[in-house]
Amino acid sequence: MAILTTKRLTKQFGGLVAIDNLDMEVKESSIHSVIGPNGAGKTTLFNCITGFYRPEFGEIDLAGHSLVGLLPDQIVRLGVARTYQNIRLFPALTAMENILIGLHTHLKARFAGIVLGTPGTRKEEQKADEESSRLLRFVNLTGKGEQLAKNLPYGEQRRLEIARALATDPKILLLDEPAAGMNPKETQEMMDFIQHLRDELGITIILIEHQMKVVMSISETVTVLDYGEKIAEGTPSEIQTNPKVIEAYLGTGASAADAAA
Amino acid sequence: MNQDQSPWRYAVNIGLIGALTVVMLSLIGMVESFSKRDIIYRVVTMGNTLLLLTAIFLSYLAAKKAGREHAATAVGSAILTAVITAAGVALLVAIGKTINLRMVFINASPVLYQILTFYIGPKGIPLVLLGGLLSGLAAGLLFLAPPSIRKTIITALSAVVIAGVLQDMLRPVIALWGPLAKINLFLFAANGLSIKGAIGLFVVVAILVYVWGQKGSAVKTKVQGLPAGQQRNLKLASMLVLAFILLVLPKILGLFLSEVLTIVGLYVLLGLGLNIVVGFAGLLDLGYVAFFAVGSYVVAILTSPELGFFSMNFWTALPFVIAAGILSGVLLGVPVLKMRGDYLAIATLGFGEIIRILVLSDWLRPWIGGAQGIGQIPNISIAGYTFTTPQQVYYFILAGCLLVGFISWRLRDSRLGRAWMAVREDEDVAQAMGINLVATKLMAFATGAGFSALSGAIFATKIGSVYPHSFNVIVSINIICLIIVGGMGSIPGVIVGAFALVGLPELLREFAEFRLLVYGAALVAMMLLKPEGLWPDVKRRRELHIDEDENVAEAEEATVSA
Amino acid sequence: MFQRIRERISPTDVVMWLIGGGLLFLVVWGSIATLIKGTYTARHWIDFIIFGLAQGSVYALIATGYTMVYGVLRMINFAHGEVFMSGPYTAYFVAAWFYRTGWLDTNPISCLAAIFLVSMSVSVTIAFFLERIAYRPLRGAPRLIPLITAIGASFFLQYLFRGLYGSSFQAYPDIAMLEGHWVIWGIRILKFQAVVIVAAIVLMFALYSFVMKSRIGKAIRSVSEDKEASALMGIDVDKMISMTFVVGGAAAGAAGVLYAIMFKQVHFFMGFIPGIKAFTAAVLGGIGNIPGAMLGGIFLGLVESVGPSLFLDGLGIVAPYQLKDAIAFTMLVMVLIFRPTGILGERLAVKKA
Repeated sequence: MAILTTKRLTKQFGGLVAIDNLDMEVKESSIHSVIGPNGAGKTTLFNCITGFYRPEFGEIDLAGHSLVGLLPDQIVRLGVARTYQNIRLFPALTAMENILIGLHTHLKARFAGIVLGTPGTRKEEQKADEESSRLLRFVNLTGKGEQLAKNLPYGEQRRLEIARALATDPKILLLDEPAAGMNPKETQEMMDFIQHLRDELGITIILIEHQMKVVMSISETVTVLDYGEKIAEGTPSEIQTNPKVIEAYLGTGASAADAAA
Repeated sequence: MNQDQSPWRYAVNIGLIGALTVVMLSLIGMVESFSKRDIIYRVVTMGNTLLLLTAIFLSYLAAKKAGREHAATAVGSAILTAVITAAGVALLVAIGKTINLRMVFINASPVLYQILTFYIGPKGIPLVLLGGLLSGLAAGLLFLAPPSIRKTIITALSAVVIAGVLQDMLRPVIALWGPLAKINLFLFAANGLSIKGAIGLFVVVAILVYVWGQKGSAVKTKVQGLPAGQQRNLKLASMLVLAFILLVLPKILGLFLSEVLTIVGLYVLLGLGLNIVVGFAGLLDLGYVAFFAVGSYVVAILTSPELGFFSMNFWTALPFVIAAGILSGVLLGVPVLKMRGDYLAIATLGFGEIIRILVLSDWLRPWIGGAQGIGQIPNISIAGYTFTTPQQVYYFILAGCLLVGFISWRLRDSRLGRAWMAVREDEDVAQAMGINLVATKLMAFATGAGFSALSGAIFATKIGSVYPHSFNVIVSINIICLIIVGGMGSIPGVIVGAFALVGLPELLREFAEFRLLVYGAALVAMMLLKPEGLWPDVKRRRELHIDEDENVAEAEEATVSA
Repeated sequence: MFQRIRERISPTDVVMWLIGGGLLFLVVWGSIATLIKGTYTARHWIDFIIFGLAQGSVYALIATGYTMVYGVLRMINFAHGEVFMSGPYTAYFVAAWFYRTGWLDTNPISCLAAIFLVSMSVSVTIAFFLERIAYRPLRGAPRLIPLITAIGASFFLQYLFRGLYGSSFQAYPDIAMLEGHWVIWGIRILKFQAVVIVAAIVLMFALYSFVMKSRIGKAIRSVSEDKEASALMGIDVDKMISMTFVVGGAAAGAAGVLYAIMFKQVHFFMGFIPGIKAFTAAVLGGIGNIPGAMLGGIFLGLVESVGPSLFLDGLGIVAPYQLKDAIAFTMLVMVLIFRPTGILGERLAVKKA
């Protein structure tokens, strides 16, 4: 069953068409990859889904609820969370605080309750603390809660960003190049982790990734964008043999094996 | 000032800056004005101290550049810097004696040249240079001294300087202490410390600092080693002592200082409110004084019989004041919601000015009094007890500060406080975490405005009248300054900042003309040298502890320059 | 469907459009009422317009400094108003000396040239050192930090000049050559206003061609497009940023003398309000956009001079001229709200402040 669909989605910047009439369907609890050369419109697609850009035309539908024109915070509440290509944590806050901010939508404390320190507020804070410790454990950052986000090593920052996104309790998680800048071993660990996320929590994952090999091993469906247009969609094996994809990536004449390498 | 510069070159550059600084300090009249107050009676004036500290601070920097490994270079470049700085003074005197600079620079008076040359005229120029040489030597040696000794000397000297500067405050306070009043006779002469008083103070403070330096860490570890229950008791005890001090403070300090304290308290109140907007939520609001004005005017309109609309008492008016503050916070907040950073600052500045101009105008005069303002605002009273003298109003302001401080403290580590910090750090990501930017920002504006209106109301009743001129943009800048100097987002920082930037200038009223000059310089220096402020937020401070050594050195420099 | 609409329209937008619409309505209504009442004759309006043009061209010159600095550093140089003040305040002493010696009457042109030269060089020096000492070490710091520094520098400079030259208003000497008026096409123009307008236009033209044609101007523009790429092309970015402050300072210094000629006095606080207004002008024209800043300045000058009588008088407001600054600030706030990219559009592709 499709959890997220886009119909004829179009986003332009002046004369540049970043996304062109995109029809896409993401199945529930699948790992769906979006690939394509630089400037193909992948991150723009994420920005449209999460509400940072407003598409000129077309529809985005999350399980029956239209997302076009909603604000990013409204969309998060509907269950779409994301990470960024160049990590965007709150650098001057601690790891714990970063996650607590992710929990924002699930907390209810109000001004009066906070100031008076009502039992409800206290209990909620305590539960939030427990929940964030749990999430830190989940992404293997136990004991690092009090460190400032900017002082964590790169790989840990990536994981913290995912933990923060998970804190919003998403149905769909958009990961923008989660393995960027990692060595092969770290990349493999990250992919295992993503698969684990889906298997354990049943979250639908949309993944932007550059390294074809990585994508092919874990995704169920792959959508290929080029100049904002969808040029192919299908299972990894279908994509690997698709001549259009090979052309977009390597120019004519190269073989699918090179593309997958 | 790049890294690979030779220390000598650096010493020359920084010496030129020093020369420019001392010439400037002289020409704007600061030296002459400060010379009216002696630090040590008939030995050193505040004016001398100002020049000396400039030279010593800069030559210390020069020595630091050379590094501890090259002792000779360090002392040499310190001396070079100081001598160049002194040469600035010498040159000024030489030029001033030949051309009449007073045509342009109104403060270039003959008295100034007398002061600069130790009252012996142009013949004093070699002495000036010698003085430079000695202060450079002192700075160089100070730099080479072991840290514990350096710290002892700097703190003890600072104590002497501070005691001298604040003599007018210390004398009456000590005089109130019955038998201890004799200390005055020992410490102070007619103007400034007596020589024996200065030496005595230096020795006492030096011993205290040195002993604490040796034993202090041992005491700290001992306290930390105590069981949790005892630690809590200790904390409780110190809280009680603090509360007791706060309660008896007006009695100890007397009338004038209580007045100063109430002014500081008002600024703490304002600062805590703005701290929510600027420090927590990162929204640089330069029109904050507008809400202060709203609070004052609402209380004036509601309580003053002069206008004759209403004649409520303070307590009936208070809910209206707070509501008006919050409402105006929201009203001014809505339009600026979508702006970021510097645009927001300018727009709020514009709002503040619009309100001031409207209040001043003849158009609204029938309702709010125009330039004449509104008078006859009654004092606050509770159950027949009226707060009239500063000593009484103090308690009222103290209660306000405690309340607002408590609210800010509760808010900081809550869902709301975290949302504010998220907005401050990265607005886009905050929104992507489900934070409603509109509600969050308006909440910050409204809370800040409510606090500001409260302080405005207290201010109006304290003064007994309101005038448009009390709500100048300078007040907003003042509050921004104290937050930044104290440490953005830090609650104790606001208090420290208010004492440093409001309390100190109130005590040094005779030098009021230099107040904003020093503010401006302090803001720039803070941003360049210590952007996290004097008393940063706990978490920021923890982060600083990583490179502790450097910070100790910096803190010391700050003391030297203070 | 209803929920769809409700989710997508925020109440704050509605409030803002109501405020904007309300103000627009007041302006239109006030103008019509004033014109019907007919308190002012055509002569009055022409005088207002000429005064507005003169005042506006001074704002325009100052605004170029804001806009250029914003272009290269993406910061509001809050202390630019003080750069503007420092020049004419210092040049006052030269002018007063010329007046005492009588040269101002015998060779007014060369005296004026000298006054301009002194004013511009002082403003340039202040602007240069401001950047070197206060702003350069803060490159790459979070946005608020340079702004706070600039506010600090602004107050420091104000009170530094107050300390140096005193706190009283100094009357600029009258220049006999600029007394009286000319009649052009039947319109009476005060000589000094005409001179201010012409001088400002000449200066703006010079500045604009400098930025567009000269090597340094081209390098400055390149730095404001992309610092890193410029550095790769062999442009000394630091030097060009300094040059931007120098050029902006020169324009401010010249504007300062024109201001002093118009209002005949200088004071240490004289830079603050014109500074904010010039910033308004820069925003009006689209910050980063030099011709925009010039047009914005002239537009603001006109609105400020015509506005109180035109919009407010008809609304029955007492002493409308007291509110002229309020009009300027309201315009500032409205532009920031409704069209932060300015009338001509921001020339910067990057996300704005």
